Amino acid sequence: MALDENKRQYISQRGGKTYFMLGDEACAYGAIYAGCDFFAGYPITPASEVAELIAEELPKAGGICIQMEDELASMAAIIGAAWTGARSMTATSGPGFSLMQENIGYGIMTETPCVIVNVQRSGPSTGQATKPAQGDVLQARWGTHGDHNIIALAPNSAQECFDLVQECFELADTYRTPVILLMDGEVGHIRESVVMPELSAVKHTSRKIAERTEDVFGGQELIPGMIHYGEGMNVHVTGSTHLASGMRDVTTPHVHDELIKRIYSKIDSNRENIVRVETDLNPDGKARVGVISYGASARPARGAVKLARAKGKNVDFLRLITIWPFAKKQVAEFSKELDIILVPEMNLGQMSREIERFVDSDVVTVPRIGGVPHSVDEIYRVIMGVV
Amino acid sequence: MIIRFAGFGGQGIVVSSYIVGKSAVLDGKKAIQNQAYGSESRGGECRGDVIIADEEIYELEPTYYDVLIAMTQPAYEAFVPLLKPGGTLILDKDLVVTDKKLEPKRIKKYAISATDIAFKTFGRKIVANMIILGYMNTLLGAVSEGALEKAISESVPRGTEKMNLEAMREGIKLAGEGVK
Repeated sequence: MALDENKRQYISQRGGKTYFMLGDEACAYGAIYAGCDFFAGYPITPASEVAELIAEELPKAGGICIQMEDELASMAAIIGAAWTGARSMTATSGPGFSLMQENIGYGIMTETPCVIVNVQRSGPSTGQATKPAQGDVLQARWGTHGDHNIIALAPNSAQECFDLVQECFELADTYRTPVILLMDGEVGHIRESVVMPELSAVKHTSRKIAERTEDVFGGQELIPGMIHYGEGMNVHVTGSTHLASGMRDVTTPHVHDELIKRIYSKIDSNRENIVRVETDLNPDGKARVGVISYGASARPARGAVKLARAKGKNVDFLRLITIWPFAKKQVAEFSKELDIILVPEMNLGQMSREIERFVDSDVVTVPRIGGVPHSVDEIYRVIMGVV
Repeated sequence: MIIRFAGFGGQGIVVSSYIVGKSAVLDGKKAIQNQAYGSESRGGECRGDVIIADEEIYELEPTYYDVLIAMTQPAYEAFVPLLKPGGTLILDKDLVVTDKKLEPKRIKKYAISATDIAFKTFGRKIVANMIILGYMNTLLGAVSEGALEKAISESVPRGTEKMNLEAMREGIKLAGEGVK
């Protein structure tokens, strides 16, 4: 979407500089760079700083921030805002993310572009409220009920919080679906340098607009255009099974079959356009041991790989930037020559199980819970134990 | 270089670690700052960590520290065992009594009356952290003096820049005089 004058001015005043800020703050600024017009949320550690900064800064850029009564309402509000043409976002952590699940499903079913930031903390329940974790990886995938697909990205630095939240808005509009920025309390709560680019470097995709009400939920297109409320045409938006016009039909089997398969397919068939990974392969190509990680865990994991290489050990490294849809092709390719893949993650092995499905190598979880990230040494010792 | 500032909420512990991190970034270095959050940080012990490096930083929450700045007795007792052997300990000597049994080997110890000097010279105990910052940075050369000045000016409440910078310079002076 084209940035309006307020946002252009806001970015012009701040762009082209390096800042020292929290990952949460970087996420909030990134949202403004992405042209976020509307934020609705409810404070929760360790995501509160996203809302705090948005509350202060978004109105300066011409946007609206509302503190809602809870997370159910926050999610509902950003869906409503998206249907008026806004780029909209909310931010929360585990307990709030649980409360959002029903409306995330509504967003998927109504094909509503919006961004949900989950700064993961240690759970279940209130768990270790101030401590980081990566325990919501599978919840991001399957938290809402029914057959569906989802896009989720995992930043591993404050800079990536800034960069990837913008990518989330782009993906949301491109595929007309809710997109999750799956941060963790560690990247959210460290301060690091963040480069905010100049206005000229900011590029946005335009949201596709339908020409006829009859095509808003399908017609001939895999990813149909929207019609925004207030722009002259009626459109019926429902979480129940519906025809391409949006009108309910909850009894005809093929209507549901075609709708759900299309919604599923628009992400699945574009997997290669969506998925991003970062690899750091052993220079002489002889590694039999690989490490796959993501988010904050990928930092000490990468450090451990470098340390092992410095000791003459051959180790490959892959970082999942896109968590969902899963990078099955990239991971299968990465695993080809490997006997063993180590997966450091701040949970008891959620992504390890997904990796196992697509590789012949042995997959070994390097779990970490308790609210403290892995140390480089801890992962290094596991690598040295198997090389 | 891994530095832990520790003390009581209200002593400017977190802002000190922020200022050092920001200074390092102004110098073009890599830096990560981290702090105690939520219920941990209210009305009690408080900590702020900063890691400075020329290369990418992989260790997000270090276990051991090169430098500890202890501004209270509980902070000293809790964290001095986590100093690396040969590390640097800087403390406010009116607020901390040291205990050799707790300390790793070969650490370098510096004790100044930062809070007392802050009160007597500037009439404000709150600038003790600035005295410590100037003192620490002169000893260790963690960041450039210009970056430190800029980071302080941009991080303290408007209208207090001059006093904070003067307090930092007082710390530089103390270090230059070899006070320990």
